[in-house]
Amino acid sequence: MTAPLLEVSDLSVEFPQRRQRLQALDRISFTLEAGEVLGFVGESGAGKSLTGAAIMGLLEPPGRITGGRITLQGQRIDGQAESVRGRRIGMIFQDPLTSLNPLRTVGDQLVETIQLHLGMDAGAAAQRAGELLDEVGIDRGRIGAYPHEFSGGMRQRIVIALALAPEPELIIADEPTTALDVSIQAQVLALLRRLCKERGAAVILITHDMGVIAETTDRVAVLYAGRLVETGRTAEVIAAPRHPYTKGLMAATPNLDLVSVDTVLPQIPGSMPSLAALPLGCRFHPRCGDVMPVCRRTAAPFIDGVACHLYGAQTQEAG
Amino acid sequence: MPGGVMMDNAYLQVSGVSRHFDISDPFLARLLTGGARRQLTAVDNVSFSIARGQTYALVGESGSGKSTIARMIVGLERPDSGTIRFDGRTAFDERQGQVQDNSLRQKLQMVFQSPYSSLNPRWRVGDILMEPIRAFDLIADPEARRRRVHELLDQVGLSTQDAQRYPHEFSGGQRQRISIARALASNPQFIVCDEPTSALDVSVQAQVLNLLKQLQRDLQLTYLFISHDMAVVRVMAHRIGVLKNGRLVEENAAGPLIESPQDPYTRMLMESTPRFAGGAASG
Amino acid sequence: MTSPPVRPPEKPAGAPESAPMSVSASIPASRLQRALASDFVYDFTRAPIAIIAGLVVLFLFLVAILAPLVAPTNPFDPASLNLMNGFTPPMQANMFTGESFVMGTDDQGRDLLSAIIYGLRVSLFVGVMSVLLAMGLGVSLGLIAGYVGGWLDNLIMRIADIQLTFPSILIAMLIFGVLRGIIPPDLRDEMAIFVLITAIGLSEWVPFARTVRATTLVEKEKEYVQAARLIGLGRHQIMWRHILPNVLGPVLVIATITLALAIIAEATLSFLGVGAPATEPSLGTLIRIGQDFLFSGEWWILTFPAITLLALALSVNLLGDWLKDTLNPRLK
Repeated sequence: MTAPLLEVSDLSVEFPQRRQRLQALDRISFTLEAGEVLGFVGESGAGKSLTGAAIMGLLEPPGRITGGRITLQGQRIDGQAESVRGRRIGMIFQDPLTSLNPLRTVGDQLVETIQLHLGMDAGAAAQRAGELLDEVGIDRGRIGAYPHEFSGGMRQRIVIALALAPEPELIIADEPTTALDVSIQAQVLALLRRLCKERGAAVILITHDMGVIAETTDRVAVLYAGRLVETGRTAEVIAAPRHPYTKGLMAATPNLDLVSVDTVLPQIPGSMPSLAALPLGCRFHPRCGDVMPVCRRTAAPFIDGVACHLYGAQTQEAG
Repeated sequence: MPGGVMMDNAYLQVSGVSRHFDISDPFLARLLTGGARRQLTAVDNVSFSIARGQTYALVGESGSGKSTIARMIVGLERPDSGTIRFDGRTAFDERQGQVQDNSLRQKLQMVFQSPYSSLNPRWRVGDILMEPIRAFDLIADPEARRRRVHELLDQVGLSTQDAQRYPHEFSGGQRQRISIARALASNPQFIVCDEPTSALDVSVQAQVLNLLKQLQRDLQLTYLFISHDMAVVRVMAHRIGVLKNGRLVEENAAGPLIESPQDPYTRMLMESTPRFAGGAASG
Repeated sequence: MTSPPVRPPEKPAGAPESAPMSVSASIPASRLQRALASDFVYDFTRAPIAIIAGLVVLFLFLVAILAPLVAPTNPFDPASLNLMNGFTPPMQANMFTGESFVMGTDDQGRDLLSAIIYGLRVSLFVGVMSVLLAMGLGVSLGLIAGYVGGWLDNLIMRIADIQLTFPSILIAMLIFGVLRGIIPPDLRDEMAIFVLITAIGLSEWVPFARTVRATTLVEKEKEYVQAARLIGLGRHQIMWRHILPNVLGPVLVIATITLALAIIAEATLSFLGVGAPATEPSLGTLIRIGQDFLFSGEWWILTFPAITLLALALSVNLLGDWLKDTLNPRLK
């Protein structure tokens, strides 16, 4: 069995604020195989974007990594992300408008990245830039155009081309299609998935949309209030979610084929706690329908893809 | 070109409404380049009606004109042509212009998309809710007004103490509830919900949508629900109208529209909506 | 990545689904509690410059307000003056009368410490009043220009632009000259202070107007304004009750910095002889008087008022600067 491409163990991130230290991520651990598409799903404030930022070394101070390790192909990269950022790990952000430099042509930005990371000469780089535009479905004659001359969806395609130009091993895409129309969304996601599979690049897809997870990812990791609550193969987690939060999240998402105007959507009472006021024990317990006394005291360890006391007993009995 | 189905007993009737925006270059630029004036048609001859107590959804992507229609219906913007009638009374027609008297205004309300900019951050929640009551002079006695504010907070699932707080002390979902309470304050009959849950997390969205539906049942409200999300629309609407570039391309009862869409654009929207095997079962 | 928004804690109710969630059942904090616990106060208590500057300003304000109680003598009561006391150096007994004064006396025997205290009063009064005038005028015009727009906005902003091309001292002198020409000669001294306030106030309104206009342009597109229009509120109600509270944020910073400018402007005008008269001198007037005697050896008549003015203007400036830096990220 090959070693995983990316291994994150016990990653913790803190934000020191004026009077307290907020623990934004608490011992996140997961692995990623080459060529795999892993989805990070969670609601706002869960920490999914922070995880991506931590891996890339893009945490905004005063936030900092306070524990754990991140290894890429066996080599530790936490603390020295500059060496891998861009070259081995590419990033795609949500807003295509601000991801591209508005004052430079698309071609210039592509060529600059290619030359920087692949060391080609100008002519070869320009040729390669044209090829990349072809691959993402943009007319290569527009290589001299400026970002504002393209629509949102096309800009995001250009951003994908830019991210793939240095032939990275891993792409981290943070809500890449949230700002796009639904019809464009599907195309861009399909493009991303196809191009990465073709190149054998792994993808971490960060989103809040379960539907996107279902259609684009191989595996999924569910985050809640800075902790990982469930991971697994996407098809399995969707068909049979184990953690009560995952179950609640699935149930609350209206599914076009199943709901009607008479449906009362199952809702999870309350909302995610703020980092300044995290509950003791399991962070989800105040909202959980299956809460037990032990949940109020201690958080369940992450075992076998789920962090919940409901399953702790089973694994203990089995093991 | 399909128009909407017109009913006789409709609560809201929109007929042939259009709105154009002037997007010409500035005068001097046109003088130099010899260009002509240009117009953007945001809403193009749209007609539909909504029966009392029902929810009608307008679905479309960005630029479809759905928000412009919403704003014209509540009187925040003026159509260029067409008529808008509420319960038989004309709110707008081309000859008279806008007839927005207080009694009509009181019956129309709106819930906005952004939970962060739809409540004045410097006002306490109680004052925000009190304002429509004062503006329409619905209750004279200050004590009775306070009771009404508490009643409104209770109706949307917040506590009476929340009247003393400021909007920034609440989460996004709670702020939308406050917006809904504000919309209810004037005892409206018709509420335009402009993407009320687009900025909310999924689990909170479910709470807000359920609340809206419950209020519709309890208070016999009529909704115009604007959204870009087909799945949300499916949960909320009795009838659905699909907008593309300012035109109503298809319109039908919710079930038939979703199960057998006629227009290619509707079909495309349907197919682009991501789905998954899990999700809410009915009931 | 930005730090996550901090939200208040919540407690769940009993049953699921229909059970709504509310903010915790604690009693909401009063304004004062909220203010004391705020980040602003926290930052203040950790910025030594702000604390020192703040204390100096507070001290000077108190001294000015309590002038009659604090000053050893009333330097403007002619009956209490003894011309023989004139030119007494600080802390030395006068050779004729034997009285000694902490800061010495001026040419007419006035105790300089008292003169400075009363002068401070005039300086601060003129400074604060002109800032209030500039603020009132600037905020109103900015609000109207931003919300109403159109030709009115153009008119106001062009007047602002034109005014900004001149140094504010010149504008103040211009207004001062015009008003002086209008007022009958026998009232001139009495009205001098108010003319001064008007002149300086009218020369400093533009930064307020510009900032408020910019913020108004942003706020008026927000949905809470549309909600207000929806219930039929008129333009004025929306401007003053809804938008105004939201545009006042940067105004405090501008007001503090303008106060420093106004104090210096007043001192300049008084020094030039067109400001506060000798019968009701401000620090600037005292400096002018002192200048005449500097090179004949009576250095204290100039020096002490100058140091006081320096301390005042510097502290106000430092406080304003600190405010600007602290409040800035939050304004975004």
